[in-house]
Amino acid sequence: MNVLLGIVLTLLAIAAPAVVMVDDPLRQSMVLGFYGLLLASAFFILQAPDVALSMIVVSSVLIPALVLLALGRIRHLESRDDE
Amino acid sequence: MTPRARQTLMLVAGAGLLAFFVWGAVGLPDFGHYRGPYGLVINHVAGSERQVTNAVASLVFDYRGYDTLGEELILFVSVVGVATLLRETRGEELPAGRDDATEVPDTSDALRVFGVVVVGVTLLIGLYIVAHGNLTPGGGFQGGVILGSAVLLVYLTGELVMVRWVEPGTLLEILHSAGAAGLVLLGLGGLIAGGAFFHNFLYTGTEGGINSGGIIELGNATVGLEVMGATILMASELLEQLLVVRRGSPA
Repeated sequence: MNVLLGIVLTLLAIAAPAVVMVDDPLRQSMVLGFYGLLLASAFFILQAPDVALSMIVVSSVLIPALVLLALGRIRHLESRDDE
Repeated sequence: MTPRARQTLMLVAGAGLLAFFVWGAVGLPDFGHYRGPYGLVINHVAGSERQVTNAVASLVFDYRGYDTLGEELILFVSVVGVATLLRETRGEELPAGRDDATEVPDTSDALRVFGVVVVGVTLLIGLYIVAHGNLTPGGGFQGGVILGSAVLLVYLTGELVMVRWVEPGTLLEILHSAGAAGLVLLGLGGLIAGGAFFHNFLYTGTEGGINSGGIIELGNATVGLEVMGATILMASELLEQLLVVRRGSPA
């Protein structure tokens, strides 16, 4: 368990700055989803499956979906303004 | 403030935060050496008192159901707020005949096939997680988001059908509110039955049974309904705007 946790924590330490450093919001939402999945595995390894499930649905489903919808809306508004 | 001074301030504050964080983390009990009595008591009595095998669910929907009610109402109010704001900005953009949405481009065949395959499975997983919240990890919130995302998949693959079928503002709002009201009524039920608010007044079944837990299982169902409604409502408000905007612009 300690080895697994060590691996996941190391990956998290890499993924967290990666989320911040990605410039494009579209890609950022995907990286955030991946980061959330890693965090969920950390919770799972620490024997908190309830929290892990919440983390999975929020970070890999809810946030990317809402960000994508919002981005789509912004893009359409911008393309309309250009005309 | 010059950028240099700001940077120095940030570095000092960051170093302080890191020091406090490390100090705090070092003082934490080791994994598996939990010292608080409350969790140990819950672990001990959840099975015998409430017949549930997921002690977390007994805590969330029964012993500390009042906290969950507050959290659920936070979600409810914030989603209502988002919906109100988005509708306000939509304003007069809404054309009179909003049924003809033919200008929206069709989704690709690959996306539609993917949707057909995945929607059923996703719905099933969502229902399973809501229904087994008292037995296995999961519950109303997690299952509710999955159920909502299943409906969202339908939107993304064949959005036009969906927009006509579930008009935001009617069925969705009823679902959303019914879920929130359901949990309040469950809490009041305990009060009426002679106990306290969120007293478990229902038959708790046998340990490990699908119907075990009394109000725990019903609480999962109501929260699932509320969260599903909230997810779809929020997404559909954004999507509805997208459709309106798309419709307004020449294809």
